Amino acid sequence: MMGKLIFGRYIPGDSLIHKLDPRAKLMGSMFFIGIIFLANNWQSYGLLFLFTVAVIYLSKIKLSFFINGVKPLIWLILFTVILQVLFTGGGTIYFSWGPITVSQEGILNGVYIFCRFVLIIFMSTLLTLTTMPLSLTDAIEFLLRPLLAVKVPVYEIALMLSIALRFVPTLMDETEKIMNAQRARGVDFGEGNIFQQMKAIVPLLIPLFVSSFNRAEELATAMEARGYQGGEGRSKYRLLKWEPRDTFVIIAYALLTIGLIILRK
Amino acid sequence: MDKVITLKNISYQYHTTDTKPALNNISLSIEAGEWVAIIGHNGSGKSTLAKTINGLIAPNQGEVTVGGLILSEQNIWEIRKLVGMVFQNPDNQFVGSTVQDDVAFGLENQGIPRDEMIDRVIDAIERVKMTEFIEKEPARLSGGQKQRVAIAGVVALRPAIIILDEATSMLDPQGRQEVLTTVKAIKEKANLTVISITHDIDEAANANRIMVIKDGELIQEGTPEEIFMSGEKLIEMGLDLPFPEKLKLSLKERGIDVPANYLTEEGMVDWLWTLFSTK
Repeated sequence: MMGKLIFGRYIPGDSLIHKLDPRAKLMGSMFFIGIIFLANNWQSYGLLFLFTVAVIYLSKIKLSFFINGVKPLIWLILFTVILQVLFTGGGTIYFSWGPITVSQEGILNGVYIFCRFVLIIFMSTLLTLTTMPLSLTDAIEFLLRPLLAVKVPVYEIALMLSIALRFVPTLMDETEKIMNAQRARGVDFGEGNIFQQMKAIVPLLIPLFVSSFNRAEELATAMEARGYQGGEGRSKYRLLKWEPRDTFVIIAYALLTIGLIILRK
Repeated sequence: MDKVITLKNISYQYHTTDTKPALNNISLSIEAGEWVAIIGHNGSGKSTLAKTINGLIAPNQGEVTVGGLILSEQNIWEIRKLVGMVFQNPDNQFVGSTVQDDVAFGLENQGIPRDEMIDRVIDAIERVKMTEFIEKEPARLSGGQKQRVAIAGVVALRPAIIILDEATSMLDPQGRQEVLTTVKAIKEKANLTVISITHDIDEAANANRIMVIKDGELIQEGTPEEIFMSGEKLIEMGLDLPFPEKLKLSLKERGIDVPANYLTEEGMVDWLWTLFSTK
């Protein structure tokens, strides 16, 4: 059912990007999204694209995966781009009708926004394709750690995240099973008008909720039986190790930022 | 032999409004190194009994002693270190994201240093023969494999007692056999005490002693031979007949005199081939 969804999938591999510390990758991706907004001319966008393509090449993952990642969002992107094109004035006006104007500035803005979307999607897809969900939770836990000082339950959030991720495929299987079981009893999913469709979801949702409650209770019992007493005083099996190559990520991003600042107008 | 678990007059009720208690005045003791099977109908209180042993349920009355400690609020975590539990549903007790993380979970809880933890995780996974699956996620494992991981998680904690709470009931015959063989091998090596709560006749036949529970009361106790002698009454106890007993029953219906005492499969074969060769 969700087989086509690219977001959040992980592709095992042993490229340089795969081996990077998840903290470096997570911070890098967030930083990248931030500096995209520095770019304001075609040279700077060119630099960003060059950087992205280089990183994708290093990850040894086929470009088609990334293009597939953009596909589900293409309508949203086009909608935003068209709005930009139609309602931005400035520069040479090519066409004008009431409030709607197609201008040089507008077209340029539209193209930039398109580039931003694509770059952001490429980078975040790269992050999830090359990082195990588990390592990502480890990275999130590490990066949230300063919040312990203001009494945010960081360990508990990390545990919840990792349990949630671990149960995604299990619950997906179960959803499929319940759907098939209800189909066998004559429920039509995805047919009729919106109200009929929503009504058909009920025999799927309620059993799924109930079984999640049961799962949660059994899991909590099993965790308690294995000595879980909360986040305090636990040791960690997984250890994140910062290697020299991870420092290169920072250097690469620093160079990219400097390049962008030089190129922007 | 040392008594590792003693229950004295245990009673328990889930809700105060329940007419019948889940456990009614149960007393029993289990010796170190023993394999005890607890059998009974659905709803007879077997699982409740197992949960009282490591303090997941606090009995309304009576006293639980594990490894010389009387169970109380203060030493509950000490006792849980002594008792490892494997539950019924292989999916719902898998906490970790991969096999090795799940096995490490209990060790992490005890704050074991990382180097030692890695040794113990690898050792435990080897013992249940899951080494090639160490990086795999639960979604890619079969039910029997997940139960073996759950056992590894318990083994890594090096408890003195393992409780199998219907640990094989959701598995196919092959997975069931795998799990039982694994537990047997581990028990021999580490001289563990095993308590298995089960409907499965093979699992019960492995035990040194069987306890039969009905409506929250301990109604019978004895070696598998003694218990299996009750023949058809076994079905009332919530247990299937062992294969030799089924065969005896069919022979009896055809008017053949069969020995009254319980025979293992081998014993049955011996008896059958001597039956006509002497005539």
